[in-house]
This record gives sequence, C-alpha cells and structure tokens, in this order.
Amino acid sequence: MSATPLVDFDHLKVRFKGDRTVHAINGLTLSLGQGEMLGLLGESGSGKSVTLKTLLRLLPPKRTEIEGSIRVNGTDIMSLSGRKLSAFRGSQVSMIFQEPALALDPVYTIGDQIAETVMRHKGISKTAAMDVALDMLTRVRIPSPERRLKAYPHEMSGGMRQRAMIALALSCRPKLLLADEPTTALDATVQIQILLLLRELQKEFGMGVIFVTHDIGVAVEVSDRIAVMYAGNLVETGTTRDVIKNPRHPYTRGLLAANLHGAVKGARLDAIPGSPPALETPPTACSFAPRCAHVRPACLAGLPPVADLGNGHTAACVLAAEHASQELKSA
Amino acid sequence: MFAYLVRRLIYVLPVAIGVSIICFLLVHIAPGDPLTAIMPVDATQEEQAAMRAAYGLDKPLPVQYAIWVGKAVTGDLGKSIATGRPVADEVFAAVKNSLLLAFTASVIAFPIGLFLGFVAGYFRDTLIDRAVTAFAITGVSVPNYWLGIVLVIIFSVTLGWLPSMGAGPGGSGAWAWDFAHIKHLILPSVTLAVVPIGIVARTVRALVGDIFSMDFVQALQAKGMRPLDVLRHVIRNAAPTALSVMGLQLGYLLGGSILIETVFNWPGSGFLLSNAIFQRDLPLLQGTILVLALFFVTMNLIVDVAQAAIDPRIKRS
Repeated sequence: MSATPLVDFDHLKVRFKGDRTVHAINGLTLSLGQGEMLGLLGESGSGKSVTLKTLLRLLPPKRTEIEGSIRVNGTDIMSLSGRKLSAFRGSQVSMIFQEPALALDPVYTIGDQIAETVMRHKGISKTAAMDVALDMLTRVRIPSPERRLKAYPHEMSGGMRQRAMIALALSCRPKLLLADEPTTALDATVQIQILLLLRELQKEFGMGVIFVTHDIGVAVEVSDRIAVMYAGNLVETGTTRDVIKNPRHPYTRGLLAANLHGAVKGARLDAIPGSPPALETPPTACSFAPRCAHVRPACLAGLPPVADLGNGHTAACVLAAEHASQELKSA
Repeated sequence: MFAYLVRRLIYVLPVAIGVSIICFLLVHIAPGDPLTAIMPVDATQEEQAAMRAAYGLDKPLPVQYAIWVGKAVTGDLGKSIATGRPVADEVFAAVKNSLLLAFTASVIAFPIGLFLGFVAGYFRDTLIDRAVTAFAITGVSVPNYWLGIVLVIIFSVTLGWLPSMGAGPGGSGAWAWDFAHIKHLILPSVTLAVVPIGIVARTVRALVGDIFSMDFVQALQAKGMRPLDVLRHVIRNAAPTALSVMGLQLGYLLGGSILIETVFNWPGSGFLLSNAIFQRDLPLLQGTILVLALFFVTMNLIVDVAQAAIDPRIKRS
C-alpha cells in the first residue's frame, strides 16, 4: 500500500431523499490497491450496488446526498462533472451489470456498441474501432466473433451477452472494473466460466476489480480480498484467506455457516435469524446487534470500534476488538 | 428482410378478401331497400323488378358478391345510384381530397406530438410533464367537431380571416396549390390534427419515460456516453413504437373524418360516405368502404415493414 491506492473511499455516506429517507451508505472507508480483486459481499440492500454506482456517479443527483470522498488514482470523483465525468466513465473505470440482457441496447449491434465506446474515448475511426471490438470479442472467447459483431443482443445467449458486456467494459483498458453481480443472472455452469474469464482478464490487463456478490462461494473463488458489507457499512475486510479461515465478525461467520457449499445433506442450514434494518435513520449502534447471538450492552451503546487484526484484516465489532486487545496483552 | 416483406404481402391477401366480404355484406345487412330511395313511390312491381335486375340485385348474394369483386378488381366499382356516375371516379376524387387533409393534419400533428411527448418523457414528473399531459388529454377528449365549430366561430365568423366551407373558393372540388385554396385547408386540418397530437404525445411520453428508466441508459452513461449520445440511443429505441402509432393515426386520418368533413363541407371520403348512407346509394357505399378499408390495410402493411426495417428484434419472430 505504498503507492497511491487505485480506489480510496473515505467516510463515504450516501443518502436517498424522497418520500422516506434511506441511509444507504454510512461512513464506508475502504481502499483497493492496483491490480487487486476485491470481493464485495453482502445481502440485498446492504449497499453493495450503491457503492459501485456512487463510484461512477450514476445515482440520480436530485435524490442523492453524498458525503465523504472517493478517489480513483488520486482523482476526486466528486469534483468531476460534465465532459470530465463522461471522459472518466468507461476509460478509467467501467462497469459490467447484473443483467446483460437489460444493460445492452437492444436495437444496436454488439459491434456498434463496443465501437462507439472506443471511438468516444480513443477518438479513432469507426473501422479501427470495429477492429478493436473484434479483438475484444476474441479475447472474451465468444465463438465466431466476426459474426457476433453484427449480432443484436437478443440473438445471443445469456452467457454470450455477458461476455460481450465484458468485452465492451474492457475495450478501453480501464484501470478499474466494477462488476455488479455479473454472474447472478446466469446458469451455474456458465457462471463459473465467466468467473474464470474475469479472473484471467484481470491478470492479463493488470486492472483492479471490485466484484459485488451475495454469494460467498463466488467471492472466495475470485477475490484476493474480501469486504463484507452490512447495513451500508463494512463489517469485516481482509485477505480472502484470513476472512474465510478466521472470520471475526459474527455476521461473516453467519454468512459462512449459511453457505450451501459443503453443506451436509439432511443437515439444517444455520441461517442468520431476523432481517437487516430499514436504514431510515443513520445507525447509532452496531447495526447487526439485533440479530447477533453475542450481543452485549457495549454493542448498543455506540458504533462498534474497528478492530485491527493485522495483515489488513479488520472487523467492526466490539467482540473482535476485545479479542484483539487480549491477544496483544497475552503476547 | 425480403422474405419478411414477401410473407407480409401474402398475409394481406386473406385480409383484403375478408374486408371485401364484410364491406359487401354490411350494406346488405343494413335495413331498408336501396331501391326505395330512387324509385318513385308508385312504381309497379314490374318496374321494381326491372330495376332490381338492372343492378343485379335479384341474384343470390354469393353471385352478387362474385360479380362485384370481379369488376372491382378491374377498377370498376359500378355506378352510383344517385348520380349515375362511376363510383370509382367519385371515390377517387373524394379520397384525393381526404388524403390532402390527412397529410396536412399529419404534418401538423406528428412533429408537435413527438416533440411534446419527448419533452414530457424526458422531464417526467415535472411541471412540464404535467402541462403536456393535461394538454394531450384535453386534445384527445374534446370532441373535434365541436372544436371545429368553435374555430369556425372565431376565425371565420368573428375575425373573418379564414373560410369555413369547402375545399376552395366558390365551392369548387378541384384543388390547386394557391393561397385561396390553402386558406380553405387551414381550419379543417388544424381541427383534425388535435386528436393525433394528443395520442402521439401521450404514447411517446410513456415510451420515452420507460426507456429512460431502463438499465441500458445507465449502462450507456457508465461507459462514458454524453447526453446527446444517450438521446440518440433513446430515440432509436422509441422509433419503432412511435412510428407504428403514427402509422395507425395516419390510417385513421386517411379514412377521412365524417364529422370534420361534414362540419367544414370538405368534399372528402367521409363526406362522400355520409352522403352515400343518407341516399342509400348502395354501390357508392360499398365502393367507398372498400377503398377506405384497403387503404387501412395498406397503411398497416407499410407501418409493419418500416418497423421491421428499423427494429432488429422483429425480423426473426
């Protein structure tokens, strides 16, 4: 972490105004190194997608209030607007979406959609941009790529559409790729192909990736590091190995226990009881406390401390903090 | 694309045959004997039978239909009972006038409707949107013959700026592109344009609003497309549906508006139709309905083909 981090979230807060206010992100602090693949894990409504959309400034400005800062390679994202913002999107940071069927324009060919992105950012001719598009389709290993250039999204299968979406997102060689549940809408067999492809391209292009998922198995499969989100904030981060082998936040443990991978047939899955909070007011205590089996008065008294467990492993939990300090004493 | 065109053309045949049967039967189902309108009240049985035979009305219906269609295919729609002139001539003269009115109304209505709908859809749920929606609903809801009468009162009677009757000075049916004739065109075409403006504006508003809330618009922004590029994508997505709505509206307009043409005494197909009905002019009625129906079928064909040409999703299905 000596060089400028690729992405740096500093006390990010995102609020949606409207009939009722929703505090979607509550003081998120997170950074990502160059060429690192981060798995952002959490259940629906935990703020994963909002985090990504904030990074690209895709949230409707009228209904959204943002505090804190996001820097990509040192550039403050919040200071960008108009021409600079659109030049930043797609070239520095690009995104692949959950539903490629909905994220691709139905009435333009795949080739046109990739080429227009390349033309926009590289300022090259249509012919040259089409060559780039063909090269990208080859790289994502779409069968008979020449033909797919002229295909419309509805003429391709779900897996192929997601490959095309990846080709589009990577066509301008971004430093950072945001992947918003890119395999959720796909068949299980296709899922693993797409995951492997993403991992391979990430290494080849040396780009950073934030991979959002609710599936801990998927996160383990692809990420160097894992960040677990709950109620709009991080509860635990660390290398994939540390988080899986030694989860310190009760929520992370709950997620691991509720995982189907490796579950014994007939045995009852340990689901986490209760449901996430509504987030109509900003949290003043540990958001997970109402569902936590180990809750104690300190958890409800204030926001939990962020315990540093070494090697970049942190957990926002009273228990983890106590545990860490005891270990320090005994050492 | 060519295969689609051929297939779509073949589909037209059964529709055209069905339409011709319905046109033929409708007139026969309608109560009243067409002969009573032209025969003297004291005509004898023999005279009536002779007349019936002259018009072929004494033959069985299928035979009558076959004769009628056989002639219609060669462009002979029979002779008008009331005027004795060939129906084809009457119909085509009237259709020409209706076409003029319909196209003028479209030229007024479609750009305005598209523009209003697009702006309302883009600024959805704002004051602009509400103003456009209110205007569009008013346009669709106000009876246009009433609006026509009001416009006549204002612009012809009170202000005296525009003529209120006919398609040209002195009630002449012949159209010419001069100022005197164009003045006659203004009031009826504006009146006729009001409903399509409302319908096009409302459809396009909903369409554009929906498209803007679709995921791919956000994806376009995410890949760095500027607002004008995004707009281009949205328009391309909205085009097929907008086109089909306009095509249908043009179809309705081409059918001629009986009410508007009656209010303004416009010698178009609607006017002709209402005269044919009142005079029980059977051949004229059949001929006019047939020509109008075939117009509608052709219009649908053109819209479908045009839609397939710009919407890649249609070709395969």
